[in-house]
Amino acid sequence: MTSMTSPPDTQVQPPEQERYARLLDWGTRVGLLILVASFVAYVSGLLPGMVPVDRLPELWSLPVAQFQARTQMPGGWGWLALLGHGDVLGLLGIALLAGVSIPCLLALVPIYAARGEKAYVAICLLEVAVVALAASGLLSGGH
Amino acid sequence: MSPAPRRAALALLMVGLLLTTAAAQAAQGGTGAPADAVAWWVWPLGLFVTCFLMGIVAVPAGIGGGTLFVPIVGSFFPFHLDFVRGAGLLVALASALAAGPTLLRGGLGSLRLALPLAVLASASSIAGAMLGLAMPANVVQMLLGGLVLGIVVLMAVSRKSEFPLVERPDALSQALALHGVFLDRASGQAVTWQVHRTLPGLFTFLAIGVLAGMFGIGAGWANVPALNLLMGAPLKVAAGSSSVVLSLVDSSAAWVYINRGAVLPMIAVPSVVGMMLGARIGARLLNVLKGAVIRRLVIGMLLFAGTRALLKGTGLWP
Repeated sequence: MTSMTSPPDTQVQPPEQERYARLLDWGTRVGLLILVASFVAYVSGLLPGMVPVDRLPELWSLPVAQFQARTQMPGGWGWLALLGHGDVLGLLGIALLAGVSIPCLLALVPIYAARGEKAYVAICLLEVAVVALAASGLLSGGH
Repeated sequence: MSPAPRRAALALLMVGLLLTTAAAQAAQGGTGAPADAVAWWVWPLGLFVTCFLMGIVAVPAGIGGGTLFVPIVGSFFPFHLDFVRGAGLLVALASALAAGPTLLRGGLGSLRLALPLAVLASASSIAGAMLGLAMPANVVQMLLGGLVLGIVVLMAVSRKSEFPLVERPDALSQALALHGVFLDRASGQAVTWQVHRTLPGLFTFLAIGVLAGMFGIGAGWANVPALNLLMGAPLKVAAGSSSVVLSLVDSSAAWVYINRGAVLPMIAVPSVVGMMLGARIGARLLNVLKGAVIRRLVIGMLLFAGTRALLKGTGLWP
């Protein structure tokens, strides 16, 4: 049942929620900063691209498999070896945004464990495993 | 703002959005010129402007920008649907990540409620993403059109409940302690809440995850009704927790697209930045623009984009 009462002077969230929010905030800021900085470096020509910007209009209408075949862009984590390129560096920012949840979730485990909340310890670790599995590239699908 | 300038601002906004998508369609081939005859920078710039306008209307309309992004950009820009879905997931992910900390600190997002739902939805979103990337583009486009038209119906007919009545939480909800307190700033009251129908809720999020991964469309349109109407979470808690669920679900699905090479920074970055800047303006205009009017306009836009996607998929309007 939903009930309403006079509010407390200050509203304090559970410690795990505060910790998660703090880490998520910082991780997102760093990811977005890298994303935008690398994009500026790419379009301004400060960093060369694996795919030159003026070639993109003939390529971005292709299915991803054909795009990769025509550009020699590596799949999986192969891009890590090519971070000197502006377009590939953008993937670092994207990967940070897609991966920021993992440290946030791991940081919750000690709090839930100390409270004896085994179900939430398991849920956090399970979610980390799911995101890590997706990130690993072990699962693949394609045309 | 008085009604006349407000109407003018609204009209300008909608005309701007229609013009940018129409210009994109024309440059794509409607004028007879091939898409690659247009200077490369026109597309990211057009994408940025379109996403900026979408970001403005998405907040007052009460939907995620990702819901607008995939059908509109997929229908009117020359990018392959693989890259549009990859960028759509990133748009939804970045928006959810940016909003998450504020929602969690304010108690509107509940981590305790979001986590169990997110585990199942994340796992199924991976399957959805793999399935979506394995299917022919025209089939995905047709299914997307059908889904968007379904969202239109959902937006038009669904009723929301500010504070649903949950008389007794179910056993699973009690075991996971799915309850909390949030401060409702509108009433100045602290609201205690709990949820029920946890098992049907978990199964619903399993299905939502598949759709989120397959179409890269974000899933706030489905998360909020599931949390609010099915599980009985107060509307604001449902909206806030939906964002936390989205940030986890879209992370998993985004990785599949990243690993397949379907996230192009040239498409994703202008979209993310445009949408986030637009959403900031949209949030400020929340009290100025009429939410109900914007919502009706957005329903009209989605109806058009959904029909377009369906016709594009069937080849009737290539």
